[in-house]
Amino acid sequence: MATEANTADDGGLVFHPMDQFIVKPLFSDGPVGMFTITNVTMWMALTVLAIIALLVLGTSKRSTVPGRTQSIAELAYGFVYKMVEDVAGKDGVKFFPYIMTLFMFIVVSNFLGLLPAAFTTTSHIAVTAVMAMAVFIAVTVIGFVKHGAGYLGLFWISAAPLPLRPILALIEVISYFVRPVSHSIRLAGNMMAGHAVIKVFAAFAPMITISVGVGILVTPLSILAITAIYALEVLVAFIQAYVFAILTCVYLKDALHPHH
Amino acid sequence: MATDTTAAADAASGAGMPQLDITTYSNQIFWLVVTLVVIYFVLSRVALPRIAAVLAERQGTITNDIAAAEDLKAKAAEAEEAYNKALADARAEAQKIIAETKADIKAELDEAVAKADAEIAAKTAEGDKKIAEIREGALESVKEVAKDTAQEVVAAMGGKADARSVTAAVNARMKE
Repeated sequence: MATEANTADDGGLVFHPMDQFIVKPLFSDGPVGMFTITNVTMWMALTVLAIIALLVLGTSKRSTVPGRTQSIAELAYGFVYKMVEDVAGKDGVKFFPYIMTLFMFIVVSNFLGLLPAAFTTTSHIAVTAVMAMAVFIAVTVIGFVKHGAGYLGLFWISAAPLPLRPILALIEVISYFVRPVSHSIRLAGNMMAGHAVIKVFAAFAPMITISVGVGILVTPLSILAITAIYALEVLVAFIQAYVFAILTCVYLKDALHPHH
Repeated sequence: MATDTTAAADAASGAGMPQLDITTYSNQIFWLVVTLVVIYFVLSRVALPRIAAVLAERQGTITNDIAAAEDLKAKAAEAEEAYNKALADARAEAQKIIAETKADIKAELDEAVAKADAEIAAKTAEGDKKIAEIREGALESVKEVAKDTAQEVVAAMGGKADARSVTAAVNARMKE
């Protein structure tokens, strides 16, 4: 980012690890309104394009023996489909397109965010919270539509001794309502922390331009650290998308089969 | 860039965390919803049915190919069986022919041997008969010669040989 380029001019290290998360308009300097075209818009549009490129253009040949892109598309399909089927059960399969949508959006956003100078949409709690709340509300509605008041049986652990049940019910209710919070903060927190750490190490990298004595040690070390954290972030980018999707499946399973 | 002013504003409002800047939430949420809706329609209308069809088609192809392979394998086994059977039949046939030929030859041989034996026996019998005849003839001749000689000898000695007694004497001598 341009901010880092200014560092040397000031004659000292400048840390702006959070600047990469700033939401700003693309075409004007004005305030960020609801429909303003911002970097969020751009990177979400790129996410959509990447998904279309992978899942639509990549499979346009419909080959029986798949090429590379089609293999990846089929792999993604099979991966999520099997996850939904295994975790949520056979009747969870009809929600597969929704979970696939969430998974593809998160995983592609995460990976796009790893490009240098990219904006990571999934690092924002506003984004992940909306998805987590959508999952939470959808799952709760599905639960009550399918089982009526019986869905409340989810909180009444019949396997536990009777005196313990009210206490457990209280804990279960609290944990149920905490779900969207942990669900969303886990993803946004992971993405934000990783990117911020990379930026902090990146700020140390130009040390050699300030002091050769210290920089000769610090600069290679920080570049090494960036590389290592970046590798970790590649892993995290996938794992967090996977965790988000599989937790959605788990919540869905609770809604479809509330009796443990 | 506008970063500096926005960053300053953020530093004031959200303690340096742009994630906590509430003024950008509506923007993010709006674009997120648009994005998710677009992705959902692209996936559910185009991508997922297509991939599902491709996977199903592949599964079908694989199943068909396996079935065809099974079929061909069964055919190969059948052909091998038929071949083995033909081979066994041919072998049995050959054995039969050999045995038959052997029996024929043996029968012919036996017949020839029997015929030869019979001929030999006939010839032997004939020979024996001839020998007997010859022997008989020889004896007769010897008797005649002896009788004549005896009569001559008796006559020469001045006696008169009684033909009957000479014959009896010769016969008596011949028996010895």
